[in-house]
Amino acid sequence: MFGFGTEYEGLAFWLPVIWAGLIAVAVAMYVIVDGFDLGVGILFRSAREENWRDRMMFSVAPIWDGNETWLILGGGGLFAVFHLAYAILMPALYVPIITMLIALIFRGVAFEFRFKSDRSKFLWDNAFHFGSLVATFAQGVVLGAFVQGFAHDGRQFTGGTLDFLTPFSVLTGLGLVCGYGLLGATWCVMKTTGELEIWARRMAVRFLVATVVAMVLVSLWVPFLGRQIEARWFSWPNVALLAPIPLVTALVAYRLYRDLETGRPMRPFFLAIALFLLGYLGLGVSLFPYIVPPSLTIWQAANTVSSQLFALVGFAVVLPVTFAYTAYAYYVFRGKVAEEIRGGGYGYH
Amino acid sequence: MELDALMLSRIQFAFTISFHIIFPAFTIGLASWLAALEFNWLRTGNPIYRNLFRFWVKIFAISFGLGVVSGIVMSYQFGTNWSRYSEFTGNVLGPVIAYEVITAFFLEAAFLGIMLFGWEKVGDRLHFLATCMVALGTLISAFWILSANSWMQTPAGYAIENGKAVPVDWFAIVFNPSFPLRYAHMVLGAYLTTAFAVAGMSAWMLLRHGRDAPEGKLAGARRSMSMALWFAAIFVPIQILVGDLHGLGVLKYQPTKLAAIEGNWERQANMPLRLFAIPDEAAETNRYELGIPKIGSWVLTHAFDGVVPGLKDVPPDERPPVLPVFFSFRIMVGIGFAMLALGLWSLYLRWKGQLFTNRLFLTATMLMTPSGFGAVLFGWFTAEIGRQPYVVYGLLRTADAASPVSATAVSASLATFVVVYAFIFGFGSYYLAKLLRKGPEPIEGLDEDALSKKPKRPFSVPDERLEGQRPQPAE
Repeated sequence: MFGFGTEYEGLAFWLPVIWAGLIAVAVAMYVIVDGFDLGVGILFRSAREENWRDRMMFSVAPIWDGNETWLILGGGGLFAVFHLAYAILMPALYVPIITMLIALIFRGVAFEFRFKSDRSKFLWDNAFHFGSLVATFAQGVVLGAFVQGFAHDGRQFTGGTLDFLTPFSVLTGLGLVCGYGLLGATWCVMKTTGELEIWARRMAVRFLVATVVAMVLVSLWVPFLGRQIEARWFSWPNVALLAPIPLVTALVAYRLYRDLETGRPMRPFFLAIALFLLGYLGLGVSLFPYIVPPSLTIWQAANTVSSQLFALVGFAVVLPVTFAYTAYAYYVFRGKVAEEIRGGGYGYH
Repeated sequence: MELDALMLSRIQFAFTISFHIIFPAFTIGLASWLAALEFNWLRTGNPIYRNLFRFWVKIFAISFGLGVVSGIVMSYQFGTNWSRYSEFTGNVLGPVIAYEVITAFFLEAAFLGIMLFGWEKVGDRLHFLATCMVALGTLISAFWILSANSWMQTPAGYAIENGKAVPVDWFAIVFNPSFPLRYAHMVLGAYLTTAFAVAGMSAWMLLRHGRDAPEGKLAGARRSMSMALWFAAIFVPIQILVGDLHGLGVLKYQPTKLAAIEGNWERQANMPLRLFAIPDEAAETNRYELGIPKIGSWVLTHAFDGVVPGLKDVPPDERPPVLPVFFSFRIMVGIGFAMLALGLWSLYLRWKGQLFTNRLFLTATMLMTPSGFGAVLFGWFTAEIGRQPYVVYGLLRTADAASPVSATAVSASLATFVVVYAFIFGFGSYYLAKLLRKGPEPIEGLDEDALSKKPKRPFSVPDERLEGQRPQPAE
């Protein structure tokens, strides 16, 4: 079926496909929402004035915790329905994942500690900035390592601790820093006013250029990482079917650049998201149906049908509710952050 | 003891989870405490409750933040350090953990933002709803994580296929034999942890400020302490009962763990209640044993001649380390009875009208501030070490659960966690101490007599708000 050469049928075929889709959505959600608040952290130290930093932090303080929860859902979802992939990927990515966790610890506590400190405030400014930067870089490295593939015997990781580290994974790490920086900058454009907004606009243009360069480099490199990927992109009729992805990406990048120049407040953020989703789509097309590249498919890694169904019932019922109240939480904090963050701030701290 | 990747991973897991559990144990109770305060504010319009809410919510936010960041570490460690455990249990526990994320974590996180930052944006009632949702989220989270943990203690509803556990009956998996009482025991433990922490911190404020401090400063501490001690006086006895019932489950499903808890080497009737002993694993006996004859059997089986299983029922490589299990259980129980004593004392002083004035009692209450944390930690040591050498009782040995990662990588991560947690915890405690020293903002112009002497108005009477007292939303 569909030329993936699987012997799986019925539920055993469809459930892993549905779940791969759901996890892809969870990861995409994560990349977008935590992407912009990590991006705010990446920009953080370049902001000249203390008041700017206060406002930047306030723009994400009420929502960052929910954003990061998508990361737990990505890992938890993998454990729930593709535990074999989880069991192979996590040891293979031991170093970048632990690095990311440590960075997220510093960054997470910075939200609480920064507003309660005076003399030690610089510590939490740095914790927020470097925590965001390192976590992002580690995530980008994970992404690159994932695209490269892993040595495994089908049940266990068989490679070395540092196999993940290659020029390609370093490139994707830097690329993600640029990308999250772009998301964070366009978020600030949308959420702030005055000089801060103008500054964020300038930063967004820089990060946009860097992101586009990184995307081009990665796109040129990816097809040569493995023969499967090359065949997928450059065989007929795939070339024609997939050609729109890079073309639309180029258009979106151009539109985003123009919007930043002309001073539109909100659209740049959503165009930046679109840019991310297009890149993500390109990677998805390259890798499907492998969940542990280059050889373990979603069907081979899937849990039993019963486990997938049990989890799916919960997701079907709960996820729409989750989306609803998450959207409500965003709605509550809509609009631009006030120019002055007074002591009372949002009535807290 | 060889420091290979397995042992290092065990140390790392024990360290990170011991650090983590402190915060949920506190915030599960604090979230409900905040909901109770806000409910009272909405019901009575008494500004003291809103004032208390605004104080405790800061303590909550710091604790919750530390719990979240250390919790993310836990969720990834199953894979990074225990991949063969993940492979063995994934079909069964994967969905259970996923349910925790989608039913609890998102709920907590989304409404936490509104609870902390949104009061003037959403109004009183919606804000109260947000607080309740955060409290509910903590309870749901505990539900799933304790279900998963209980399944590892008393597996049910599964079959073994190709060397892996696969689900057969989801209801039996989630509501496995030890789950209901373990959940009740843990949630009560968390509530009591909060109650004693709140009572202790309030007692400290009362002692510190003395009787001459302005009423606006002390009224909140008195109210907090009184509420927390009511809770403790009522629920400590219930907790002891629940703990006893939970013990009966251990006797039934994990006899070897029970034997280790009791330091009982030989299967025997008329087992004494061992108050003290030093178990000697090499000699398979106890040294310096001090016990009350027959009472041990009576406590466990509710019959003086009840037969209690012994450690020698199983070969040595099936036994947990006896010494730490034996002692951590006794520490937990000892703390429990100290809590009981304080609760009874508080009732007596209340009756005498000296609850806030007896300095000896206030000092004792202050010293009990960390008691709940201790009880929870040592309770978990008992449960988790008592399960060894299995990670899934009777099915998967801890030694067969670890990841194929290098000892170098794990020692580096372990060292990093120790340093980072010490740093974070140090600063967290420092800011908490700063908040506590400052105490709640004094309520200005508070009519002291009205506040302390007027009887509570019934629910149905419309609020007569203290004019101009109700804090207006900030800009």
